[in-house]
Amino acid sequence: MNEMKNNLLDQVRERMKSKQGQSYWRSLEELADTPEFQQLVQNEFPDSPMPWDTSVDRRGFLKFMGASLALAGLGACTRQPTERIIPYVTPPEVMIPGEPLYFATAHTFGGFATGVIVESHMGRPTKIEGNPIHPASLGATDIFAQAAVLELYDPDRAQVVSRAGRISTWESFLAELNTALESQKSVSGAGIRILTETITSPTLANQLQSFLSLYPDAKWRQYEPVNRDQYKKGTELAFGEFLDIGYDFSRAEVILSLDADFLVDQPGSLKYTRDFSAKRKIDHDHSEMSRLYVVESTPTLTGTMADHRLSLAPSRFAAFVGVLAEELGVTRNLGLQLNYDSSQASAFKRGAMDSWIKAVAKDMNRHRGSSLITVGAQQAPEVQALVHAMNQALGNVGSTVTFTAPIEPNPVIQQDSLRELTDDMHAGKVELLVVLGGNPVFNAPVDLNFTQAMSEVKLRVHLSLEEDETSELCHWHIPRAHFLESWGDVRAYDGTASIVQPLIAPLYGGKSALEMVTTLLGQAGTSDYDVVRNYWQSQDTGGDFEKFWQQSVHDGVIAGTAAKPKTPKLKLSSQSLDLASSNAGGFEIIFRPDPTIWDGRFANNGWLQELPKPLTKLTWDNAVLISPATAERLSLKNQQVVELAYQGRTIEAPVWITPGHPDQSATVHFGYGRRRTGPVGSGAGFDAYALRTSGAPWSDSGLQIKPTTKTYALATTQLHSNMENRHLVRVATLEEYQAHPELIHEMGHEPADDLTFYPKFENPGYAWGMAIDLNACTGCGACTVACQSENNIAVVGKDQVSKGREMQWIRIDRYYEGSPEQPETHHQPVMCMHCENAPCEVVCPVAATTHSDEGLNEMIYNRCVGTRYCSNNCPYKVRRFNFFLYSDFETESLQLMRNPDVTVRSRGVMEKCTYCVQRINSARIDAKKEDRLIRDGEIVSACQQACPADAIVFGDINDPESRVSRMKAEHRNYGLLADVGTRPRTTYLAKIRNPNREIEQS
Amino acid sequence: MAQLFHPSTNTFSKVTIFGALFIIAGAAWTFLTIERSSYVTQARVVRQQPVPFSHRHHVSQLGIDCRYCHSSVEESSFAGIPSTKTCMTCHSQIHSTADMLEPVRESWRTGKSLEWIRVHDLPDFVYFNHSIHVKKGVACETCHGPIGKMALTWKEHSLNMEWCIDCHKDPAAFVRPRQFVFSTDWRPAIEQRILGERIVENYDINSLTNCSICHR
Repeated sequence: MNEMKNNLLDQVRERMKSKQGQSYWRSLEELADTPEFQQLVQNEFPDSPMPWDTSVDRRGFLKFMGASLALAGLGACTRQPTERIIPYVTPPEVMIPGEPLYFATAHTFGGFATGVIVESHMGRPTKIEGNPIHPASLGATDIFAQAAVLELYDPDRAQVVSRAGRISTWESFLAELNTALESQKSVSGAGIRILTETITSPTLANQLQSFLSLYPDAKWRQYEPVNRDQYKKGTELAFGEFLDIGYDFSRAEVILSLDADFLVDQPGSLKYTRDFSAKRKIDHDHSEMSRLYVVESTPTLTGTMADHRLSLAPSRFAAFVGVLAEELGVTRNLGLQLNYDSSQASAFKRGAMDSWIKAVAKDMNRHRGSSLITVGAQQAPEVQALVHAMNQALGNVGSTVTFTAPIEPNPVIQQDSLRELTDDMHAGKVELLVVLGGNPVFNAPVDLNFTQAMSEVKLRVHLSLEEDETSELCHWHIPRAHFLESWGDVRAYDGTASIVQPLIAPLYGGKSALEMVTTLLGQAGTSDYDVVRNYWQSQDTGGDFEKFWQQSVHDGVIAGTAAKPKTPKLKLSSQSLDLASSNAGGFEIIFRPDPTIWDGRFANNGWLQELPKPLTKLTWDNAVLISPATAERLSLKNQQVVELAYQGRTIEAPVWITPGHPDQSATVHFGYGRRRTGPVGSGAGFDAYALRTSGAPWSDSGLQIKPTTKTYALATTQLHSNMENRHLVRVATLEEYQAHPELIHEMGHEPADDLTFYPKFENPGYAWGMAIDLNACTGCGACTVACQSENNIAVVGKDQVSKGREMQWIRIDRYYEGSPEQPETHHQPVMCMHCENAPCEVVCPVAATTHSDEGLNEMIYNRCVGTRYCSNNCPYKVRRFNFFLYSDFETESLQLMRNPDVTVRSRGVMEKCTYCVQRINSARIDAKKEDRLIRDGEIVSACQQACPADAIVFGDINDPESRVSRMKAEHRNYGLLADVGTRPRTTYLAKIRNPNREIEQS
Repeated sequence: MAQLFHPSTNTFSKVTIFGALFIIAGAAWTFLTIERSSYVTQARVVRQQPVPFSHRHHVSQLGIDCRYCHSSVEESSFAGIPSTKTCMTCHSQIHSTADMLEPVRESWRTGKSLEWIRVHDLPDFVYFNHSIHVKKGVACETCHGPIGKMALTWKEHSLNMEWCIDCHKDPAAFVRPRQFVFSTDWRPAIEQRILGERIVENYDINSLTNCSICHR
């Protein structure tokens, strides 16, 4: 086995040497072109049943087939079941039955808001879209906001108030709570602790403050595992106060990201992505683009967008930043004494690294005021402070970097906050613990021993959406109202407040955090609506409050609430900064939240579980990510289980070899290994929290990796639907492209229009088409989840995914280019291309897939008999087949979730991207009713709507002025596999990189 | 060796082979007849309703416009079924004690909806939109039959796909001027073919027969 692995890397090297020019690959196996890989390519549908070799003879076969046909025929001869129409007794004013309504509200994630518009059908919220006027959305959403609909209708949500696992009532809870509160009155609430997650809600914070003034010795603690502690400490060190940082990528020409995944995990990421990608688009009007340098440890999506990416083990970061700061002259000017590991630093001061750093510094200096250095939430305060000093020295503060007073009303170092809480709990000082959201038993640092601390508390109350590990250890569990079920408010990354309005009454009588605090205040029964409204009424809203309220609720944004930028004074001067990293030897362990289920809170969300992780393309599991070289040194192969030993604790987990990962280190994603959640998330993956301590929440040295002989099967989609060795992504550098724009077209052969036996496809009227800008696409996956939500796409589970039967209509192919150590990474969303000469249509025996006058490749479910010939004949492998009854027709709450404009597919039916034909039809009807043509931009497909990078554009290609036509007229435009003559309607705009020539040459 | 088959077998087998054509044709005919019969389609079958509502009385005798009750027909895919409140606007005053209307009053008292039996029920994979048909001059009567003459409501047509497609292929045979869409006794003053073709042109009616127009 070990020998095989060595062979694999040797084979990779061998082939790399012999390869000429650009080559793209998706996995190490593919790069090495192993026999196993060859076999996988041959076997398009892995694990398909083998050819029939049982002893059924011809006669028997005919008998069975005859009987089946007859029965199927008889089965079709049924009368439709009787249906009922149930009208309103008194109809609501604004609702037109059959037409959706849209409401603005806000999705809260990590404490911060994304403004959303929610589509509601007859009172059922069915689809979440971005709110174009909300500063943190600009019309886009992330995967979590898209999946919030499933979270609402999750049948495994807690549905009743329970005491010690037994069904109880809200009234009995109130009785017990009031007794506890009563006894606390005499001691000013000294035994009361409230634990929340990050809170930016002005009303909730105000209510909590009222509670604290009622019980002065009670404490409000905040903790969530992915927090912004280091940012706070960093600004405190640099400026002497907690500040929030905002970036303006629309002004940034040169960007350096130091372990910051700013396109994905910041409260302002959607806005950052929009601005960043706008600066990367090369078209008729824009011939310049920004340049991105990324230095990171775990490969991230931001890293994949980099023009120059450097992977560094976490322990080397501080020295790197120190050397860079020296190069920029920051230390000299401020009189800073940097105390870093000199051997590490000297490595950065010679050879290729030296010229890399010098080139970056030079580039930064050339763009003073329009450069930008971002830093990750996991970097030490000293590193953060140094970055602020560098931005200041480069004149970026006030231009590309802005500081504001903290958006959180009560900013705390959450790690300390939780430690104080657990210390008090251990000391027996806590009599009443109210946990409002969050799951500390599962996700608190393991060294704080939260589980044991819980047992010291007399009365424990937990409010959460589902009964989880924390609920299990609490006396009372109260089902939480989903944000689509409750009133509230929340602030965005820039301070802009939004009113959260409910779309539906609580499905299970859940309570919101606001309602819980109101109850603690002794005002049980006061509605959240009144509390939120009263709070805003008490604020200075200028003039007519009713008008203000109506406008704010309607818009989803409270105008003029954005925080004012501050110009803080750098306090950093003439002092020494400790950048030394402790090194306990062994490997380095890196902790990161899981890309799709985050800190574990989305573990029961099938859409997010099945969404392939952006880089590894794993589904339903996490893995230990290691570099190819480390794997070679330890003789490890994919899916082999290793034992991770760190600070006396051990866990076992499967390995996934990740190109671009730094050597001598391993990344574990926390969030998996949930012990108590719904059946979707229970038992998936391993629990990385078991190793995560408060001393080293993000990375540390001293990890031992011990190989075992076990293997654990992981379900990855990276080799599914393989397109073999054709050039599917096209990439050029800005220089090459500017010198020779036709380059992109020359990369592949495109047959002349008339080179076909079929009659030319005539298409007057509308001609729908799509263009996808690969330069903008970050691979985040929002389109995939948006499509899943809009089109009622089923979840199939790990077993089916491993057989290549995932149903998502959009897959994002991830290609590597170059060496396995420092590859470049490209993303390509692939869905049905709606070919004008569609190979699928001509092979369907029942004409279930046909071509419309407007160029749509239509899939008619009720006609499909499931021969799968179309899928066989599809060169893009974008057709999805319902091998089993994947759609849940039984669960009532899931029935409520479905988009009523799209058929829910049953077993034995093929499906694929429809270009959101329901939206096309709806726009066509609207236009016809107004006797006009459909306007450009009136039809927005679900994927286009969700895309934060504005990479996807849909429209009429017969209209030369439409956005999509103008995109297709770019030189960068090319058709995927256009050489086979399919004439795809979806085309791609090639990716352009903007490398620094000084680095390229060295 | 004796003959295995009697000579008459020849005739028998010839008749069988010839007759098989009729048997297969007959089976196909029977199948199609059953499929199109009102037993399967429920066309022209009166459905039992909680209240024996008469369109004849309300529409023809009283002259109430269709849109008074089916209020979303011009705006939505769904024409709308009147709320209890709509019924009660009149029936709190007229026939306010009639036994027949007790379910309506009960619904009004208890706040529990009336449950009507759906008469025109398309399969779930068919997406029909009332508003655009009304806009393009397809009258209520064209699909719903002589509704003004129905004392109890039935569906006039099978609502089979071939019935839909007949009009989608040749709308000129069916459309009428917009102002008469809600009329129940309209007859074309000139020949329908000539009038229809003129309307098709004026209203810019496209004969949309792509599958995804209705199936998606």
